[in-house]
Amino acid sequence: MSMVPTLLSVEGLTKSYGGVHAVRGVSFELRAGEILALIGPNGAGKSTCFDMLNGQNIPDSGRIRVLGAETTGKKPRAIWRMGVGRTFQIAATFPTMTVRENVQVALVSHGAQLFNLWTSTARHARDEAGRLLDLVGMGAYAERPCGELAYGDVKRLELAIALANQPKLLLMDEPTAGMAPRERVELMRLTARIAREQSIGVLFTEHDMDVVFEHADRILVLNRGSLIAEGSPEEVRGNAQVRAIYLGEGLLYDARHREGASA
Amino acid sequence: MAFYIVQFLTGLASAASLFLVASGLSIIFGVTRIVNFAHGAFYMLGAYVAFTLTERFSGAFGFWGGILVAALAVAAIGVLVEMVLLRRIYHSPELFQLLATFGLTLMVEDLVVLIWGPDDLVGRRAPGFKGAIDFFGQNIPSYDLFLIVLGPVVLGVLWLLFQRTRWGVLVRAATQDRDMVAALGVNQKWLFTSVFALGVFLAALGGALQIPRDAVNHAMDLRVIVEVFVVVVIGGLGSIIGAFVAAVLVSELNAFGILIFPKISIILVFLVMAVVLIVRPWGLFGKPEAPARRTPGLTVNPWRPLTVNERLAAIAVLVVAAALPFVAGNYLLTVGSEIAIFVIFAVSLHFLMSVGGLASFGHAAYFGLGAYGVALLAKMVGLPMIACLLLGPLLGLMGAAVFGFFAVQLSGVYFAMLTLAFAQIVWSIAFQWVSVTGGDNGILGVWPEKWAASPSHFYWLSLGIAALAVVILRIIVFSPFGFALRATRDSPLRSEAIGINGKRIQWTAFVIAGTVAGLAGALFAYLKGSVFPDNMGISLSVDALVMVLLGGVETVSGAVVGAIVYKALNIWLVSQTDLSKLVLGGFVVLIVVAFPKGIVGTLEAYMHRRRKSSSSAPSPLLTSRIESAE
Repeated sequence: MSMVPTLLSVEGLTKSYGGVHAVRGVSFELRAGEILALIGPNGAGKSTCFDMLNGQNIPDSGRIRVLGAETTGKKPRAIWRMGVGRTFQIAATFPTMTVRENVQVALVSHGAQLFNLWTSTARHARDEAGRLLDLVGMGAYAERPCGELAYGDVKRLELAIALANQPKLLLMDEPTAGMAPRERVELMRLTARIAREQSIGVLFTEHDMDVVFEHADRILVLNRGSLIAEGSPEEVRGNAQVRAIYLGEGLLYDARHREGASA
Repeated sequence: MAFYIVQFLTGLASAASLFLVASGLSIIFGVTRIVNFAHGAFYMLGAYVAFTLTERFSGAFGFWGGILVAALAVAAIGVLVEMVLLRRIYHSPELFQLLATFGLTLMVEDLVVLIWGPDDLVGRRAPGFKGAIDFFGQNIPSYDLFLIVLGPVVLGVLWLLFQRTRWGVLVRAATQDRDMVAALGVNQKWLFTSVFALGVFLAALGGALQIPRDAVNHAMDLRVIVEVFVVVVIGGLGSIIGAFVAAVLVSELNAFGILIFPKISIILVFLVMAVVLIVRPWGLFGKPEAPARRTPGLTVNPWRPLTVNERLAAIAVLVVAAALPFVAGNYLLTVGSEIAIFVIFAVSLHFLMSVGGLASFGHAAYFGLGAYGVALLAKMVGLPMIACLLLGPLLGLMGAAVFGFFAVQLSGVYFAMLTLAFAQIVWSIAFQWVSVTGGDNGILGVWPEKWAASPSHFYWLSLGIAALAVVILRIIVFSPFGFALRATRDSPLRSEAIGINGKRIQWTAFVIAGTVAGLAGALFAYLKGSVFPDNMGISLSVDALVMVLLGGVETVSGAVVGAIVYKALNIWLVSQTDLSKLVLGGFVVLIVVAFPKGIVGTLEAYMHRRRKSSSSAPSPLLTSRIESAE
């Protein structure tokens, strides 16, 4: 394990809004190929934490480093250029373009061609866009208008866009929100497979505990701005404090999982 | 010292009327989310109606009663407008709302001239406030003191209205969350109508109260609307306190600016606005707006380059157009040249609006800068025509680079207002810097050289440049830059997350559009042989907007068709009627209400539907998906 490089290291991340500590001294690390879940009840500080990682919010104090390079306080676009891809809670794509064009735009940006006024985008990185779409199972939809896609497919497309700069780290904000149960499992399996194959580190927040306990290698539990637990799904499930916070819901998941296993 | 105090008091007095109009605009925006461009028109109507009533009825009662009745009468007109027009467009994109209310403004301008004549009207003094008060040797009109008191009184009354009445609570609730108020069972229609009536009443009252101070004329609407936009942008749209503070600030800047920079005092105000917008884009007392919801009803058919057949067809059309000099006379060729020039102008705005999603309400500034660039180079430097045509548009480029930098920091209606304000700055410079620009008299004698002088040669030149501009802009649309620009328009969040610096992309687009507009202006200067401040006026900016919307804002180059149809119609109308603004305004309103997709957009939608229905069998893609799912 120690041979795997640290991708993301967060030290003492803190943010408060007018006396309210949204995030207090949060520190953790994420290794290549690891899938890490950030959970916690509403108002625990997940979103604030997440936004500081992706550059939409600036921490009061603390440091964030990606592969040793400081990203604290940098703009989202700068963080992307350092090899961090991301998806949004409500998928953000370009609805007036085709599926392939959506990915091509990201590739254009990755190839530093944004101010190219003269060549045709249609020919730009066409095959690479196709490969990324195949990877997420959207190859057959390449020429479809993005605005016509079902939401589950938009999510996959968004994943392909997020992978366009060959990221080392993927930040996913509630990746399965708004999806049907079956789509959730598919998307998370797909994400896990890509993460393992390309040894990408994945950090995701999530409300669906089934998704969390099935797909995360490790779980961070946030409550009132502070990390209260960290460990493997088994460890976290067994943590009394975590159970208390989730009002005993942990037991429920436990039982359901055992049922599922015996069925 | 006394002089400065008097100057300060004069500023306060001007602030009262400005505050009335601005608070009305702000209240309407807060609840209906409509930026009512026609607010200036209601202000003007208030002044005209009050003029008539106060002339008709004598005495103090006649005067004050007349002012009140005028404001109420105009408010009633406002109710009518709200019920007949605005109710149809509450769900349209904000651009269409601005445009529809602008169409109204145009109509009112002509109606006012029709009813009251084109001359300035000087109203009578207010009974009881006719004299002046001596203040350490300086005179203050007592009417000014009345206005100084009136401003805070109106502010207080409005505050009581919003804090202490049930209606006020509903209005405040609707300002925060319209949908929630509707879900709670409040009659939205009635609420919107009453809010609009109050806003219009305040505007008309502001206009009516101006008659003892200023002459009533048919251009006062645009002058006040620009100032009011500045006030609400500084104060924050939707905030009444903000409107008050900003009205005072703007009026004082005007009052003292005139002492320091007599000719360019207006620029001082715009500078302050630019600073406020950069530091607090939502204004001093406003709240940051949530990211604008995506406008429903936008087509999702992705753009594609022309097919080979379509290209051949476009070339064929161009060849036919190029053959015009063999069949048409000089007048028709001059009209043809003008249309070609407006095609260039319209496609430049279309590029900014439909590809960039940035609806500029002051695009004529760059057209005019190009025209002045040519005129100055030709007359003062004496450069040959080719050099002028190449270098003149650079003035448009520079203007777009400076103003565009600030403008792209904003979006939506704020962007529209800022571009409009910038265009007004440029216009006032051209108007007031007489030693260089000739002021109102313009610069005359900018004639093309011999090789381009004949109508047919000039027509070919214009047509060629127009074709080139359209082709180049199309290439840019489909270039990586064009896609980055569309990406920024479609989803600022996503484009930022894939490393796109949206502001820089938009700024570049603004500069491209400004330069192409400058090229159109450069040609226009040679076509007319002269340039005037009106070459950068608001009505020209609106002409361009209408051309784009008429062609279809969701198309790649619908503006070409829009410009041809609109310009031809316009030239014909002006030759047929004196009421061209009335017809034009009505036309604008009609487009917005009846054909929001424009000519080319409507055609495309029709073709798309036909293609779809002809291939109504389930697509192979869909069937394979269903199979794989099973």
